[in-house]
Amino acid sequence: MTRLMFSKILIANRGEIACRVMRTARALGIATVAVHSEADKDALHVDLADEAVAIGPAPAAESYLVVERIVDACKATGAEAVHPGYGFLSENAAFAEALAAAGIVFIGPPVEAIRAMGDKIESKRAADRAGVSTVPGSAGVVADADEAVRIAGEIGYPVMIKASAGGGGKGMRVAHSAEEAREGFERARSEAKSSFGDDRIFIEKFIVEPRHVEIQVLGDTHGNVIHLGERECSIQRRNQKIVEEAPSPLLDQATREAMGAQAVALAKAVGYHSAGTVEFVAGQDKSFYFLEMNTRLQVEHPVTELVTGIDLVEQMIRVAAGEALAIAQPDVRLNGWAVESRIYAEDPYRNFLPSIGRLVRYQPPEAGPAEGEAFVRVDSGVREGGEISMYYDPMIAKLVTHGPDRAAAVAQMGRSLDAFHIAGIEHNIPFLSALMEHPRWREGRLSTGFIDEEYPDGFQPRSADEAAERVITAVAVVIDHIGNTRRQGISGQLASGGYGFPARRVVRFDGREIRLSVSGAIPDFSVAFLGEGAGGDELVSVHSHWLPGRPVWSGMVAGSQVHVQVRPTVTGYALAHRGVMAFADVFTEREAELAAHMIEKVPPDTSKMLLCPMPGLVVSIAVEPGQEVKAGEALAIVEAMKMENVLRAERDGVVARINVEPGDSLAVDDVIMEFE
Amino acid sequence: MKEIVAALEARRETARLGGGEKRIDAQHKRGKLTARERLELLLDEGSFEEFDMFVEHRCTDFGMEQQKIPGDGVVTGWGTVNGRTAFVFAKDFTVFGGSLSEAHARKIMKIQDMALRARAPIIGLFDAGGARIQEGVAALGGYGEVFQRNVLASGVIPQISVIMGPCAGGDVYSPAMTDFIFMVRDTSYMFVTGPDVVKTVTNETVTPEELGGASIHTTKSSIADGAYDNDVATLIQMRRLMDFLPANNVDDVPELPSFDDADRIEPSLDTLVPDSPNKPYDIKELILKVADEGDFFELQEAYAKNIVIGFGRMEGRTVGFVANQPMVLAGVLDSDASRKAARFVRFCDCFNIPIVTFVDVPGFLPGTAQEYGGLIKHGAKLLFAYAEATVPKVTVITRKAYGGAYDVMSSKHIRGDVNYAWPTAEIAVMGPKGAAEILYRSELGDPDRIAARIKEYEDRFANPFVAAERGYIDEVIRPRSTRRRVARALAMLRSKQLENPWKKHDNIPL
Repeated sequence: MTRLMFSKILIANRGEIACRVMRTARALGIATVAVHSEADKDALHVDLADEAVAIGPAPAAESYLVVERIVDACKATGAEAVHPGYGFLSENAAFAEALAAAGIVFIGPPVEAIRAMGDKIESKRAADRAGVSTVPGSAGVVADADEAVRIAGEIGYPVMIKASAGGGGKGMRVAHSAEEAREGFERARSEAKSSFGDDRIFIEKFIVEPRHVEIQVLGDTHGNVIHLGERECSIQRRNQKIVEEAPSPLLDQATREAMGAQAVALAKAVGYHSAGTVEFVAGQDKSFYFLEMNTRLQVEHPVTELVTGIDLVEQMIRVAAGEALAIAQPDVRLNGWAVESRIYAEDPYRNFLPSIGRLVRYQPPEAGPAEGEAFVRVDSGVREGGEISMYYDPMIAKLVTHGPDRAAAVAQMGRSLDAFHIAGIEHNIPFLSALMEHPRWREGRLSTGFIDEEYPDGFQPRSADEAAERVITAVAVVIDHIGNTRRQGISGQLASGGYGFPARRVVRFDGREIRLSVSGAIPDFSVAFLGEGAGGDELVSVHSHWLPGRPVWSGMVAGSQVHVQVRPTVTGYALAHRGVMAFADVFTEREAELAAHMIEKVPPDTSKMLLCPMPGLVVSIAVEPGQEVKAGEALAIVEAMKMENVLRAERDGVVARINVEPGDSLAVDDVIMEFE
Repeated sequence: MKEIVAALEARRETARLGGGEKRIDAQHKRGKLTARERLELLLDEGSFEEFDMFVEHRCTDFGMEQQKIPGDGVVTGWGTVNGRTAFVFAKDFTVFGGSLSEAHARKIMKIQDMALRARAPIIGLFDAGGARIQEGVAALGGYGEVFQRNVLASGVIPQISVIMGPCAGGDVYSPAMTDFIFMVRDTSYMFVTGPDVVKTVTNETVTPEELGGASIHTTKSSIADGAYDNDVATLIQMRRLMDFLPANNVDDVPELPSFDDADRIEPSLDTLVPDSPNKPYDIKELILKVADEGDFFELQEAYAKNIVIGFGRMEGRTVGFVANQPMVLAGVLDSDASRKAARFVRFCDCFNIPIVTFVDVPGFLPGTAQEYGGLIKHGAKLLFAYAEATVPKVTVITRKAYGGAYDVMSSKHIRGDVNYAWPTAEIAVMGPKGAAEILYRSELGDPDRIAARIKEYEDRFANPFVAAERGYIDEVIRPRSTRRRVARALAMLRSKQLENPWKKHDNIPL
């Protein structure tokens, strides 16, 4: 029952995914309709669409999540089908039904499949029935310690003994042996009884250092289902995926096929069509167990697209139009490696607090073929001058790189992150850049606990290794040299003996002093690291067309393509490169000599201060000087973006001084009050 | 000959040591450099030519005849900053605490005279203990002569003072009469009378930092135009500042080869002004996106933040930017902001620096505090400064230009050369709400009718077209093309000729 391809579709979403769906629709010659809230009226996805319909106020619950508004928008514009993107209404069975009732095609799976997979218990049962491996465990309540030991023995150690009512780690025990199982059972039961008044206990396989691996499936309305290999999404923070890749460094071909076969079996069992994802938790031993099935396009779908060469959105549209899949399982070949970084408007230095505001600068790295055989894809949902509001998900873009192997894809990701310039809001690029250099990530030894294990005290910039130090130093000195050379052209110089400057420079950062000399002009420079080469100076050639005022320095340093973010400071430059943040002074030798007398300013101790966490207006101050406050007590209210934020005491203390008054407008880190 | 040269070298060697190794070490221990070290960093390497190295005082009281140190507490001379001539003097704290004697004052006067004659900027570095008490009235006379020369040079050559240590009593008035004062954080302070006298007279207990540190003078008193963390940073920044300044009042502004495209379009500026008229935005984003390479030397950054002033370049040539800052007090003009901008406008006018003004001003700040503080005369200073300025004046109204403040901010009526407005501009006597409430006072009790009146006023006046129809605005421009339009206007005005009637001097409402 192949019907004609749609002539117009509506995208019931916003941000990067709306833009991404429109791109494919346009390529297929399909007209696009955007919907938008009041907050999004100037958003990128609205401009990219052929038509746009306003669907309500900023909060998603009053716009993007209102089924009738979307249906009405379809009717008003004559859109024949709706692509829901991800999130919002994408897995809402009632939405799919409402569209069907209005004669509009839902570009997604059948309603029954959405329902079946949307229910945790039902989906697990369906998976069991389809022969998908689920986490082994006790079928019901475990009666006593003996039974616990017996079941544990059947499952295989280690096992997790957990209270039915448990939570927050209470009433949970991991056992590695029969003895521990017996003891753990008794402990868990008594703890559960005292904590929850409910001593029912279950046992299930405990997966050590679990990894998140998922299979992309694709089905049509003619009963064909294939899988497009796996993605690994183990780099997560608070269950939010941050970095994904395809394929998974964990899997071998046999496991991949087994996993794929199970995913296909499940999809077939629930009559699935369109794109879907079967998520598994995997052990380091490549054992894997069903987690859930997502009946929509995933955020991380581009990594699959880059390794398979298949446009998933195109396939979804074709399937929705009734076409049969043109690809059979043997046609699916995984080519190379792809990595995706999610760019979030979050401050990595403040425990990833969401950051809102104006995108003063937004310059993503160049997309398309890159160094070597690498390829870069940027899926942006924003543009320079746009506003990041608090109403929606803080993910603003996805940076995806592809290379012949994992190392190449990761290396390109590092380079592209260095070239990604965002100003006006805080973002997680410094974190992603540091992650790309992390040895454990590079080795592919992942687990969903990776971030907690590797960054237990929060994120700090990486300290420079030799390679990063070379690049940062060479770039700093070349930038300085361009400024000095240019200054020789200033008007009004002394007729004889105008500006001459010494070629030798000293770059200082992180307590290190590097002596260099520099020569050349745009685009070719020569930097000598004095006394650092074998038997003399080490010469490094630098090639770049960078000009002052540009925030990203791009060029070749010693033959390697590099990007460095640069910003002038009082005595040098702030340079960011590969997760290193360097405040480098660039001095003449004499300046460096005399700068040695300068006394290092110790930053004020901010632990006894209440700092303003965001730019905003002081609404009220709840305390007075001399007042004792307890941790958690409200101290002040600051309004930002029409939201009142209550600032609370972090610890007990006595208010010494209040520096602001209601009505004052504050910048980030302004001191609101001080404690004794 | 050989012996003479050797003697000269020996004498120079002694003079260069100033107050001796011990005092130099003490200076270093405080994180401060010596006078000669400072000059080395301020001037191009090897360009310093010292004068009066062997000058000694002639005081014979209090046993002073026993204590003579060549140079007498101040190092003077000239050199180049990025190839351009600058006259300099630096107080030497290691010699008599840098205190001013008659001979010391004469050295400064000589340099002042030379700078004025050569029409080149003069920079003074201060780190001294005031008058040399042993010399009494002779020192006072010296101060007076220095002051006189400051005044004569004012408006002829740029004069810059950098406070790098103590600066008190008579020492403060010479800096006060120069064009700019910069300070070093934590190691410098400036006051007329020190904490001891303050304690005796007013019974207040204050530290030097609380009385006159950089933290006070950059935020509360507006005495200082900027402050930096240490000597090295300060002197590097002074070199940067000098690149913006012309040598004198007849020379053209310096021109630095520009790497920036004058036609650069900034699409993001189209969304700079928010939809809501009461929502602030950062006017510095506009300055940074318009100026060459985003390079902006801001002055008085921490004082009267409701107005932003500083130097930038357009097509490599210095311009002065003045902009209302909607982020602070909605960009309102108050006494502090008016004085801050007025002095800057007058500096620019003195030295042929074109002025680019970005306007988003809701009016003058109401209230007793302002009126009692003399807002009328302070506001008039800015009006006066703009109105008398004959340099090229290019103005862009981004949003509000209400009431008298509209006239003040480099409007067409006070000889603005090119006056642009963004489509978001509202040029009116006041905001729509205030206007409707006055015009239709009788309808105040009826919220629906008054809302309709506000809307009516908004539709009529909350746009740039009423002003454009009258020719008060030369052109309504797209925000994205602001840099191109401003650059073209400045290029067109490069040979602007405009003279005020002859007068001895004007009588600005001080």
